[in-house]
Amino acid sequence: MMLERLRRRRSENGGGPAAGTPLSQTRLIDPIPIPPGDPLETVLLSAGGPVGVADLELVSGTLDAVRAAGVELIVPLIGQGELIGALYLGPRLSDQPYSSDDRRLLGGLAAQVAPAMRVAQLIREQQAEAKERERIEQELKVAALIQQTLLPKELPSIPGWHVSAFYRPARAVGGDFYDFIPLADGRLGVVIGDVTDKGVPAALVMATCRSMLRSAAQKHDSPSKVLAEVNDALVPEIPAAMFVTCLYAIIDTGAGDVVLANAGHNLPYMQTEDGVVELRAAGMPLGLMPGMDYEEKRYTMGSGETMVLTSDGITEAHDPDGEMYGFGRLMARVARRADDMVVALVDDLESFAGPDAEQEDDITLVVVRRSHSAQVSAMAFGAGELLDSFAVRSEEGNERAAVTRMAEAVAPLGFDRRDLERLQTAVAETVMNAIEHGNEGRPELEVGVEVWATDDVVSVRVTDQGGAREIPEPQTPDLEAKLAGLQTPRGWGLFLVEKMVDDVRSTSDGSTHTVELIMKRKGALR
Amino acid sequence: MSSQFRATSTPIEDGSLVTMVGTVDRAAKEPLEAAYAEATRTPGRVVLDFREVDYINSTGIAVIVGLLAVARSEGREIHAFGLTEHYREVFTITRLADFMTIHEDEEAAVAAG
Repeated sequence: MMLERLRRRRSENGGGPAAGTPLSQTRLIDPIPIPPGDPLETVLLSAGGPVGVADLELVSGTLDAVRAAGVELIVPLIGQGELIGALYLGPRLSDQPYSSDDRRLLGGLAAQVAPAMRVAQLIREQQAEAKERERIEQELKVAALIQQTLLPKELPSIPGWHVSAFYRPARAVGGDFYDFIPLADGRLGVVIGDVTDKGVPAALVMATCRSMLRSAAQKHDSPSKVLAEVNDALVPEIPAAMFVTCLYAIIDTGAGDVVLANAGHNLPYMQTEDGVVELRAAGMPLGLMPGMDYEEKRYTMGSGETMVLTSDGITEAHDPDGEMYGFGRLMARVARRADDMVVALVDDLESFAGPDAEQEDDITLVVVRRSHSAQVSAMAFGAGELLDSFAVRSEEGNERAAVTRMAEAVAPLGFDRRDLERLQTAVAETVMNAIEHGNEGRPELEVGVEVWATDDVVSVRVTDQGGAREIPEPQTPDLEAKLAGLQTPRGWGLFLVEKMVDDVRSTSDGSTHTVELIMKRKGALR
Repeated sequence: MSSQFRATSTPIEDGSLVTMVGTVDRAAKEPLEAAYAEATRTPGRVVLDFREVDYINSTGIAVIVGLLAVARSEGREIHAFGLTEHYREVFTITRLADFMTIHEDEEAAVAAG
């Protein structure tokens, strides 16, 4: 409620007409707010004009204050049935009581002033609201900017693994984050987390937490030690009533071993041949209490297995009837195979929430899949001894020349006939693919072949110029469908390649595409 | 590079013997289909002789799949022999072996009738 001030003029000589009285001889009555619901408010609303303080008999702290301030007359300012303000008048300078003419005059004045004041009040309120909205929008922009800056710009590219991530902020930008931390010895740290609260405070805590995780991850090989250190560091830094749920996993991309610790974040799910496995590891959220211990969980990912990490923006999304998406639905969706688990989950969530749903919270997903062909890990591109390097033109049949030369190069390694023939078939099919698909049969383009060896494996790398094109995943050809004429009789190449060697990896750099065929040297020269 | 593929059909007691020479790839499609058509002018099974085949690639597998599809629609048995150990493995992996009878040698293949 707005209070108006009135200058109370007092004559120097204690009376007489006010004409010529200097302003310095008047006294200002400090504003006395009338709280909503105060008995005085009720009286002023129903009075229908100025109210003499002496006439009032109310139990009201406000009235006591008004009396103490020397107020004699209160002129209520009423607009649309609401008390907008009041004029407090002290004794008349003439020391005469206020006459009924005075009261009528003041009442008329109040009736004129009140609507104008109401308009002014509304304008001021609107300006304040607009300013607040602008402030909130600005804050959201800053929060979104912080998050976008700190989330990974690109996904890790690891032979034999497929890593994907999805992040979609809610309008109010929550505190979700994820991160990939490259570690020594081909290991990868994977982080997913959620800061309670939204906006800039959450984004700042997320930024702090992310740096702490990155630093701790380089110091400790154990996820539980990493989380414990970050927790201790975060407790003194984090505002009260805020905390961070966070899962940290270290993946040995060679052996497929996953070790993880969980600070109160959503459980990770592992999609396996035998259904979905929950990887439980107990731990308190970060930033609540120092000295916490974090349980560790270990799991070895086999070929074709997929780990799905989520934020609660997914499980706590609602459908139009208010039902939650929940862990059951998430688990059921993860259990079904999907070419792209991220797309499958987001689609499922969207069809659940309905087309008009406003996203309630940030949605974050990290999906890590071990490819079907990630059995051998001893070697990565660039390791070992180069036995031979050559190129063939992209003409049909040139795969035979490539196979012959490759066989000569590996001859000293003493492969048995069976393995050599398997490698030959794999190289032939890979070079054929490179000629036909990668280089689109353009004879002027070359297919490069490199033959590498270590003590454990031989690696044949076939490079074409089709790096910009997507290479489809090999699928098991359906012979029945082919025999029934329902499927093309072709489509055996990639399938055969995968069956012939121990590992197939591929990389693209935007212009070239390289397929690496790896075969173990069983009992070879040690 | 690929050696010219040839296929010829000769009658045997209970069907035909199709002898193949060279590389089984996409270029083998027409000669092999012609030999198969010749072979199936007489009733009975078709025995494929792979002894002189030096190389089979995925496009050649597709040609054989096409042949198996026709044979299956006609209710005709396909037999084979002369495959190296490696290609027997390839035929097993691709499951072609499920739709033809593979024999150790010509004697076994002919006797199987």
